[in-house]
Amino acid sequence: MIAIGDQAPEFDLPDTDGDQQPLQTPAVVIFTCNHCPYALAWHGRLMQAARDYPDVHFFAINPNDAERYPRDSLDAMKERVRGDDGWPMPYLRDESQEVARAYGAKTTPDVFVVDSGGALRYRGAPDPDSNDPTLNATWLREALDAMLAGEEIARPHTEPVGCSVKWK
Amino acid sequence: MTVELLWWDGCPSHPEALADLQRILREEGIETEVSRIEVTDDDQARRERFPGSPTIRINGEDIVTPAEAEPYSLTCRIYRTRDGRVSPVPDPEDVREAVRRAA
Repeated sequence: MIAIGDQAPEFDLPDTDGDQQPLQTPAVVIFTCNHCPYALAWHGRLMQAARDYPDVHFFAINPNDAERYPRDSLDAMKERVRGDDGWPMPYLRDESQEVARAYGAKTTPDVFVVDSGGALRYRGAPDPDSNDPTLNATWLREALDAMLAGEEIARPHTEPVGCSVKWK
Repeated sequence: MTVELLWWDGCPSHPEALADLQRILREEGIETEVSRIEVTDDDQARRERFPGSPTIRINGEDIVTPAEAEPYSLTCRIYRTRDGRVSPVPDPEDVREAVRRAA
């Protein structure tokens, strides 16, 4: 598992169009999935953050075991993105779960902010409450605003909240 | 009245669901213990007809009818609040309505 200040693990994962997507920085790497109510509740806030920070590369990564949880299969991911008329970030499949393990992802969602030098600057939840859309991913936005301004991030780590990653 | 809360520890939502349930039972003047049943594997999930965590049953009946396609497994259950948002716990008003129906 990586700590704040460590280099974020590189990856090169397939998206829902079949294209490989390598990590590009600065980045927000979000471990998420199709079937978790926490991931779904925060989804709109994270999509809006991706639209509001066009200079930051956002990546959604689904690492869940699709054999036991078929709703997290690549086909189900494609169907979801198609149903939403596309997403403002690629939705990547981490079939081997190696990327999730390298980051130490615990839950869906679990959010990692990586600076332009590839160092981890924030890790945790998007904001304090999945049930309150008015919070608008405030912890993530605070981290991004500070990082992009070249300032220290006041709250670099919060506890990720959500469904456990479904390991094989 | 029998009240059961079935839960799985892969979801962090059951303490909130239990707190809502106990508060509503108190507010409705119902004195009954909530049986907490931990579901720990897929076999038990199938035996208990467990559509996800948390699941609340009153007199054996799920307070929110699960979707037919929902397999019985260790998963987090998706609820909808009355204003249409996705939630990891049932809307407290749905819990209250179920308690009143059974009272």
